[in-house]
Amino acid sequence: MALARRGGIGRYYDINGWLFVAPALGLIALFMVYPIVWSLWMSFQSGRGMMMKFAGFANIARLWNDPVFIKALTNTMTYFVVQVPIMILLALILASLLNNPRLVGRAFFRTAIFLPCVTSLVAYSVLFKGMFAFDGIVNSTLQAIGIIASPIPWQTHPFWAKALVIIAITWRWTGYNMIFYLAALQNIDRSIYEVARIDGVPAWARFTHITIPLLKPVILFTTVISTIGTLQLFDEVYNLTEGKGGPSNATLTLSLYIYNLTFRFMPNFGYAATVSYVIVVLVALLAFLQFFLAREREK
Amino acid sequence: MRTNPSNIASAVLTYGFVGLMAFLSIFPFIWMALGATNSSIDIIKGRLLPGEALTTNIANFFTLVNLPLVFWNSAKVTIFATVLTLAVSSLAGYGFEIFRSRHRERLYRAMLLTLMIPFAALMIPLFIMMGKMGLINTHIAVVLPTIGSAFIVFYFRQSTKAFPSELRDAAKVDGLKEWQIFFYIYVPVMRSTYAAAFIIVFMTAWNNYLWPLIVLQSNETKTITLVISSLASAYYPDYGVVMVGTILATLPTLAVFFFMQRQFVQGMLGSVK
Repeated sequence: MALARRGGIGRYYDINGWLFVAPALGLIALFMVYPIVWSLWMSFQSGRGMMMKFAGFANIARLWNDPVFIKALTNTMTYFVVQVPIMILLALILASLLNNPRLVGRAFFRTAIFLPCVTSLVAYSVLFKGMFAFDGIVNSTLQAIGIIASPIPWQTHPFWAKALVIIAITWRWTGYNMIFYLAALQNIDRSIYEVARIDGVPAWARFTHITIPLLKPVILFTTVISTIGTLQLFDEVYNLTEGKGGPSNATLTLSLYIYNLTFRFMPNFGYAATVSYVIVVLVALLAFLQFFLAREREK
Repeated sequence: MRTNPSNIASAVLTYGFVGLMAFLSIFPFIWMALGATNSSIDIIKGRLLPGEALTTNIANFFTLVNLPLVFWNSAKVTIFATVLTLAVSSLAGYGFEIFRSRHRERLYRAMLLTLMIPFAALMIPLFIMMGKMGLINTHIAVVLPTIGSAFIVFYFRQSTKAFPSELRDAAKVDGLKEWQIFFYIYVPVMRSTYAAAFIIVFMTAWNNYLWPLIVLQSNETKTITLVISSLASAYYPDYGVVMVGTILATLPTLAVFFFMQRQFVQGMLGSVK
């Protein structure tokens, strides 16, 4: 072994190990760790453009009195609370249905449902913008089959604009989560399901009492990555709703607000950095909460 | 499955549900393909039949967009990002497994923690950094911050656990150096891991939007995602042209996905275990 033990001190040195990991760790330190620390420092500064000076907690105080920030925060949390559970449940149901080897054509169904996550966020946002236009195909179809009487203003009404963002991200990401569940389901012994079936356990009970408990670690993993993804939502809202954040900021997200603060309005790096730390804190809190809840249930 | 009414009902429900979901998933692609053949007005009206405007749309697209340049920009960014990310991350993934230091797990966990940092929190410092290095409006600035990817390192390390240590030991006995083991044994053995990581990194790089939007400011450097976005955000977008653009932007990732689908699903399996 390549161990070199230096007398008495009890330290292990491995030049090879360090050499192999150094490029990756160096890049991550330079382009992730250094900027995030810098960002923290900036969030205590104020000023226009590069003219910054120390401002203490002024930026944090400003958050509370900024209605646009409150709106962006509420919207982001709304997307998170509504969309993530819908998508996770939908992906779980689809995965458990498509895991059944007796289902004819399941390879086709899997590929079809996975296909959306091959597209770019921009390309599908553009497609959805056209499909959900006021006189677009979605409204005309819904009217033709009699579900709605008059067209829905998907892009101009605050409520429907939010609904559109939720529909769009659910379309894009459900198949992605489904693949993780399918992969995990393949590691579960099929005989468990067979025994349950023979014992007369109905399908829904098999789903809630076998599938969900066995997939818990993967559900936790996908929930955490979906949380991070939702809190960073940018491409979709930027391209679906005119780049500004929809009708009276109805679809504005925190990331889009940071972008606006930095590159659209008079640049205010300090305040933008403060808003970005709100996302950091939210991601950390929610991830911690999800790990905590997962552990509690285990007891 | 014996045929009794409840079985038939559940089969109808299952196929109905899965079929509907599959249809909804594919429909935007169909709409996109049909759209490219129709005029902007017909697309908005929701015409679902092939039209005759394909050549006009393509011609209009080419007058608005310098496609070879835009495609070349995207390809350049994607190829550099993919090759460098795979190289750096696989070295680290292997390195973390052979690393003999008591700091190993601490370093690894610290690295994983960076996965929780949202990009929005990095973009202002990164933008200033790139400005100071004089890299604004260059493709280097697009690629540089994406190479060190904690997620791909994590993915390689997870897969490396399946790399047989007997191979390593045998190579050591034969007197191979660590870097020789990596290049001559690890890389060929881990082909499918590389393939799956390739798909993930390729798609991320090709589809990347927010960061290129910030650093690429002139038309000569813009990638295809930026161009599609600006075509669609015109006051009266020509949807026929937009459809041609979205197809061109989606084709490379679609091709990569279909070409390497099996490896991708295997790779996902490996990362969950």
